[in-house]
Amino acid sequence: MAKNPNRPLSPHLQVYRWSPQMAISIFHRATGFVLATAGMMTLLWWLSAIGGGAESYATFQQYVVSAGADGTALQIASNWFFRLVALAVTFSFFQHLASGLRHLVLDIGAGYELNTNRLWASVAFVAAIFATALVALIVASRFLGVL
Amino acid sequence: MDSRTNIGRVRGLGSAKHGGEHWLKQRLTAIGNVLLTAWFVASLLMIPSFDQAALAQWLAQPLVAVPMILMIANIYAHARLGLQVLIEDYVHDDGLKFAAMTLLNFYVIASAVFGIFVVAKLAFTGAPA
Repeated sequence: MAKNPNRPLSPHLQVYRWSPQMAISIFHRATGFVLATAGMMTLLWWLSAIGGGAESYATFQQYVVSAGADGTALQIASNWFFRLVALAVTFSFFQHLASGLRHLVLDIGAGYELNTNRLWASVAFVAAIFATALVALIVASRFLGVL
Repeated sequence: MDSRTNIGRVRGLGSAKHGGEHWLKQRLTAIGNVLLTAWFVASLLMIPSFDQAALAQWLAQPLVAVPMILMIANIYAHARLGLQVLIEDYVHDDGLKFAAMTLLNFYVIASAVFGIFVVAKLAFTGAPA
């Protein structure tokens, strides 16, 4: 039996085109993981540093926010690490929020038409990126004195 | 060969009657998180000073401590449900799945208790020097 090599195959992962609807699903999971781990651990460190008194808050600031003029190499490296964490957590927060709100709409049975679904998946991404950029600008100008 | 009666076979099979619970809790905690994190972000934007004494005074107020405790509890409840789904979907080995689920519960409960304790201590005993 001669097989036509170009015959249509049943749908398979390799032949799917990456779409916003697919991306938003996996991003929802990934950002949820980032928030539950890095996000919450940093929040708990911040809260316990506040509760621990001036000295423990100074330690938190040296490692997370700014090592200051006489910071050690470890503290300066830690600052950069936490800037990345802050960016990732901020983006994760807005991404998870936007796609979570989209999820609630889908859960009541609305928004499944192909174009509508694609549109709101894209809107969630754009909103998250925009909000992250806005927060980064506020933090950079208000706390880091960059702008 | 199964010598049980038909009704005997059917009993104990089928739905555990918990089908909707996880799904519904995930949504309810999600709505809670929208409200509580909105409060948290708005509060962060309105904090006048980020030095320790001012933050401790801020956090010790009942109107800050209570929503903060609610937010910690609600976020960890939501995270537990969500990460449980991640483990169920991506960890296929039974032993590993059991270990991951145990770790998840330890992490979530320990973190939530720690966070709530920190806030409660500050609210009940006042800011340390």
